[in-house]
Amino acid sequence: MILIAVISLGAIGIVGALLLYVASKKFEVHEDPRIGQVQEVLPGANCGGCGYAGCAGFAGACVKADSLDGMLCPVGGAPVMAKIATILGKEASSAEPKVAVVRCNGTCAARPRTNKFDGVKSCAVASSLYGGETNCTFGCLGYGDCVKACSFDAIHINPETGLAEVDEDKCTACGACVKACPKNVIELRKKGPKSRRIFVSCVNKDKGAVARKACANACIGCGKCAKECPFGAITVENNVAYIDYNKCRMCRKCVAVCPTGAIHELNFPPRKEAAPKADVEKPVAPAEPVQAKPVENTATEVKKEEIKK
Amino acid sequence: MEKSLYISPSPHIHGGDSISKNMYGVLIALIPAFLVSLYYFGLGALIVTLVSVVSCVLFEYLIQKFIMKKEPTICDGSAILTGVLLAFNVPSNLPVWIIMLGALFAIGVAKMSFGGLGNNIFNPALAGRAFLLISFPAQMTTWPLVDATSAFPLTYTDAETGATVLSLLNEGVKELPSYTSLLIGNHGGSLGEVSAIALLLGFAYMLWKKIITWHVPVTIILTVFAFTGIMHLVNPETYASPFLHILSGGLMLGAIFMATDYVTSPMTKKGMVIYAIGIGLLTSIIRLFGSYPEGMSFAILIMNSLTPLINAYVKPKHFGEK
Amino acid sequence: MLKTFRIGGIHPPENKLSAGKKITALAAPKQVIIPLSQHIGAPAQAVVKKGDVVKVGTLLAKAGGFVSANIHSSVSGKVNKIDNALDTSGYRRPAIYIDVEGDEWEESIDRSDTLVKECNLSSKEIIDKIAAAGVVGMGGATFPTQVKLLPPPGNKAEIVIVNAVECEPYLTADHELMLEKGEQILVGVTLLMKAANVNKAVIGIENNKPDAIAHMTKLASAYPGIEVMPLKVKYPQGGEKQLIDAVTSRQVKSGALPISVGAIVQNVGTVYAVYEAVQKNKPLFERVVTVTGKAVKNPSNFLVRIGTPISNLIEAAGGLPENTGKIIGGGPMMGKALVSAEVPVGKGSSGVLLMTEVESVRKPMHDCIRCAKCVSVCPMGLNPAFLMRSTVYQKWDLAEEDHIQDCIECGSCSYTCPANRPLLDHIRIGKAKVLGIIRSRKS
Repeated sequence: MILIAVISLGAIGIVGALLLYVASKKFEVHEDPRIGQVQEVLPGANCGGCGYAGCAGFAGACVKADSLDGMLCPVGGAPVMAKIATILGKEASSAEPKVAVVRCNGTCAARPRTNKFDGVKSCAVASSLYGGETNCTFGCLGYGDCVKACSFDAIHINPETGLAEVDEDKCTACGACVKACPKNVIELRKKGPKSRRIFVSCVNKDKGAVARKACANACIGCGKCAKECPFGAITVENNVAYIDYNKCRMCRKCVAVCPTGAIHELNFPPRKEAAPKADVEKPVAPAEPVQAKPVENTATEVKKEEIKK
Repeated sequence: MEKSLYISPSPHIHGGDSISKNMYGVLIALIPAFLVSLYYFGLGALIVTLVSVVSCVLFEYLIQKFIMKKEPTICDGSAILTGVLLAFNVPSNLPVWIIMLGALFAIGVAKMSFGGLGNNIFNPALAGRAFLLISFPAQMTTWPLVDATSAFPLTYTDAETGATVLSLLNEGVKELPSYTSLLIGNHGGSLGEVSAIALLLGFAYMLWKKIITWHVPVTIILTVFAFTGIMHLVNPETYASPFLHILSGGLMLGAIFMATDYVTSPMTKKGMVIYAIGIGLLTSIIRLFGSYPEGMSFAILIMNSLTPLINAYVKPKHFGEK
Repeated sequence: MLKTFRIGGIHPPENKLSAGKKITALAAPKQVIIPLSQHIGAPAQAVVKKGDVVKVGTLLAKAGGFVSANIHSSVSGKVNKIDNALDTSGYRRPAIYIDVEGDEWEESIDRSDTLVKECNLSSKEIIDKIAAAGVVGMGGATFPTQVKLLPPPGNKAEIVIVNAVECEPYLTADHELMLEKGEQILVGVTLLMKAANVNKAVIGIENNKPDAIAHMTKLASAYPGIEVMPLKVKYPQGGEKQLIDAVTSRQVKSGALPISVGAIVQNVGTVYAVYEAVQKNKPLFERVVTVTGKAVKNPSNFLVRIGTPISNLIEAAGGLPENTGKIIGGGPMMGKALVSAEVPVGKGSSGVLLMTEVESVRKPMHDCIRCAKCVSVCPMGLNPAFLMRSTVYQKWDLAEEDHIQDCIECGSCSYTCPANRPLLDHIRIGKAKVLGIIRSRKS
């Protein structure tokens, strides 16, 4: 009896093993071994910040590409790209570290609510419907689509200001929040020396008077900062100023002249003497003000099918 | 104008339907069957139903409040419904502690551990019943005898016991109750399943109120009728008449109130028909060839587990599709 | 048995409070704000500048592309400025502000009430006149009418269907228009038949307007080829595809245009505008708007100049009720909640609905119980619960496979859901996302 059981089970085991062996040979997928090696050094967050579908996709693209120009893992940054370059024997392109920046400082206090949104608490839903709960139709809506998009827990809505705030230590500049924000409020900016950054924390393209009425902290496009800037880093277009981070030398003169405090400085040591305007620095400044490039603000026009009464 | 208006996407009106309306609708539909069970099983039926309902609601409240830490939703009626259905699926002489155990399993394991109403895979009441049937087979299969002469008998666990039609069938007994007594409920069985007429009344009410559609119950009954009918034609000696099958046991109760549970049944009409045929076939097979006399609850539970699959593959017929 | 569409549908309370109220013309306000985007497609390009003097009917802006429409002045006066103005879209978009002085009309417009039946124009001339007058679909979709009349190559129109079902609750503008301008509408239909080169037209009217059905049937006997068809009351019968299904029993395939089954659908208001444009040389600068709501003192149907702030209409209907919680441009099922009463009436504004605060607020949502009521009411045969789930979890491929782009955004699913789930809110986002993905794949 025992013998029969042992033999029959053993036979089943052998048949199964043979099947597995045959299948593994027959259906084997030939893959460039370097793809696996590259994947090893990638962070494996599958955030998609590189523009490919996950780390495996990026690894495949790196192996295939003739040069690594323009290929960047925003999470791993230069060190990872250097490792990839060694594996593949290609030149790594140097990229400066970036960080996500929220370019809106329209806090609840500065930006009075004019209506009550009663739909699904989602920026995408609200922005496809209308401009937002305040008279500013450009700023942060505060429903947290960016928070949901972030794989690194690096962005949160501050309940006091109602605005998104970036945790720079956790931010990997993968760009997921930039894509998720229907208002194009978030921008990836150069992290800057010692993480020091200056940027215009407003994207309101309305005329100065309209913008100011909607939000006390809005950039009104007055151009004072552009005149003040010794390096020509600031342009005013569509009633909103933008600081080119490649030209900015962090002199902080623009911060001092901004009449609405829309220009924010981050991580600078406190000024030695009081600046001409004492209240220039907004109380909000701590973590994540933002500067703005005039990004197209396209209200998602959801096409309505022709339903009529 | 300085008025702060509400803004929300369309539509701006709602039909007023709600989960609780549907749940209470089903409860209303169960009233005739409950009255019949009171008539035949008396005090026992009342005690079993009350204990079951109270423990289901209590367990749901406690779990939501202290384990899931969210606002309890006992008012939506779903726990009450689970309690009533569980009670309807057990004999009226079942001891209190067993009922409470069943309620704990139904609510705690089959419903809340999946995330509560809407997220469960199996019908909670049936899962509770299956649990009890496997754990306490003796208590779960001794049904009190019906004494047609006295309305609302004051007996509970001390009731005289006997067998159901199906267990008689299973044992090969030839003397069976008449169709009339099956229709009105004058025979042994779980407390909610005895009267086909009372259950059909409830079905009519739910159809009228548009709580359920006809697809699942009618398909189940037709499938069982067809399958057992064919077997009866093949060998009338071994297999009982199809009428007996559709009128006896929990078939009506299961087809009308359990298989139609929103959460655990498919969403499309086509899917519902597939699901119902599956239940009908499994029930007939278990009844005719299995060792359990009754197969309805297992058939429904098995098809419950296939519902997500049916939902994924059976799509509604979309506009413009040939 | 009355005809209707075959899949899904709901019957919300009709609440036609303003039914039977005669259309009253509203005087021009002191200033009008005429948005440059009152239609689907490219915004119109302004051809006037600040300080220009304009008359009623003067061209203000030219169509900015193939799918676009001309815009005309609705008042006489002086252009104050061209600036961004909050419009029904909820955003600030370019608009022309005109300060009203007097009421002087362009001389080419025939202001008499005489019915002009004869028309010797060719199909192309009719279409050109419609385009010049800036006529767009007036049921709310605002699709430029001339584009619909020019079928893409390979398609042949067989029937003109006039959408007079007015299936949205509350709205009565089309109903009143039929009762008062029945003859003109019928002439308009013959013009459209001529333009589209077909000899058959059906006017679909829901059975809750028996007076309009009787009136139009009586008049239509004098017009060969035009049939009035009573339809069962069911929402969203005014959806283009649903109406074609109801009238012709043909279903437009997923992604196809109505013309693929030979149908051209026009709203009854549009037909009236076509009549005025072709026979009276009158561009589209005024329209009938229903002002209604349970708390409104005098629910009314007004003939309003485009660009009039909605607050003027509310004033004329007895003022804004104290307990107003929501102002809706359009009907309660597909209309848009407005941020302010100062937004101007556009070509697609069929109604202004004031909802009380109690009616305005949504009830809290619960988990989906898979009751499948949304599936059974969806007029496009979709599974809204699954589409919402696909959107929430960003499974765009699943959403596309389940035909999310077929959704007509009628709102029947959200209306019906016993768990109060905002199905359409999510589906709309998913639909836009999937559309973007499909487009990027093509390019």
